[in-house]
Amino acid sequence: MEVLSISVDSRFVHSVWNEMELAKMVEGGIPFPMLSDQGGRIGSLYGVYDESAGVNIRGRFIIDPDGVIQAMEVLTPSVGRNMNETIRQIKAFQHVKATNEVTPAEWQPGKPTLKPSPSLVGKVWQVWKPEA
Amino acid sequence: MNQEESLSCVKPSVAPAAAPAAEKAPEEKAAVKEVKTVAAARVGQKAPDFEAQAFVAKQGFKNVKLSDYLGKWVLLCFYPGDFTFV
Repeated sequence: MEVLSISVDSRFVHSVWNEMELAKMVEGGIPFPMLSDQGGRIGSLYGVYDESAGVNIRGRFIIDPDGVIQAMEVLTPSVGRNMNETIRQIKAFQHVKATNEVTPAEWQPGKPTLKPSPSLVGKVWQVWKPEA
Repeated sequence: MNQEESLSCVKPSVAPAAAPAAEKAPEEKAAVKEVKTVAAARVGQKAPDFEAQAFVAKQGFKNVKLSDYLGKWVLLCFYPGDFTFV
């Protein structure tokens, strides 16, 4: 899994932010590339560039090895992300890609998956129950 | 020359990266059109390719192209700005 962060700040600002603040939160500094989207062209392409504010809002995209977007989440700036949910989704998409099984709601690694087939129609209740 | 260009203060990111060079009209109009790119990102569709300047801790400054990551899972995170709060 490769992480790329991206904002409209220049790469020089990324460098100073990493040095002055982030390296004090994460030992060794940020372990992934911090991309610069000055002008917001990349954000526009992904539908997350706010022209009036001149910034990219909080958009998160899971892209598979074929370059296909499997998931996206977009938040307004004031609320931070939940990385546990992001990691859960990544693990689920990786499992699906490897097995062609599907993962029901609330799925976590190790929990039961479903194998879609005509014989399963109307019988999901027999093999899977939602957790309380 | 290259070094000078790579140190310039402001250089817009390149998106979509796949745009062929031949399409770039010499007139200013072309640039305006490019900025008005319609959002193309949708689940189940190819992630639009782009190229951006980047800072990598302990490595310094380099260019990152999304399509260089084919074959790997990528988590792409946009955020409003450095030195903000959340």
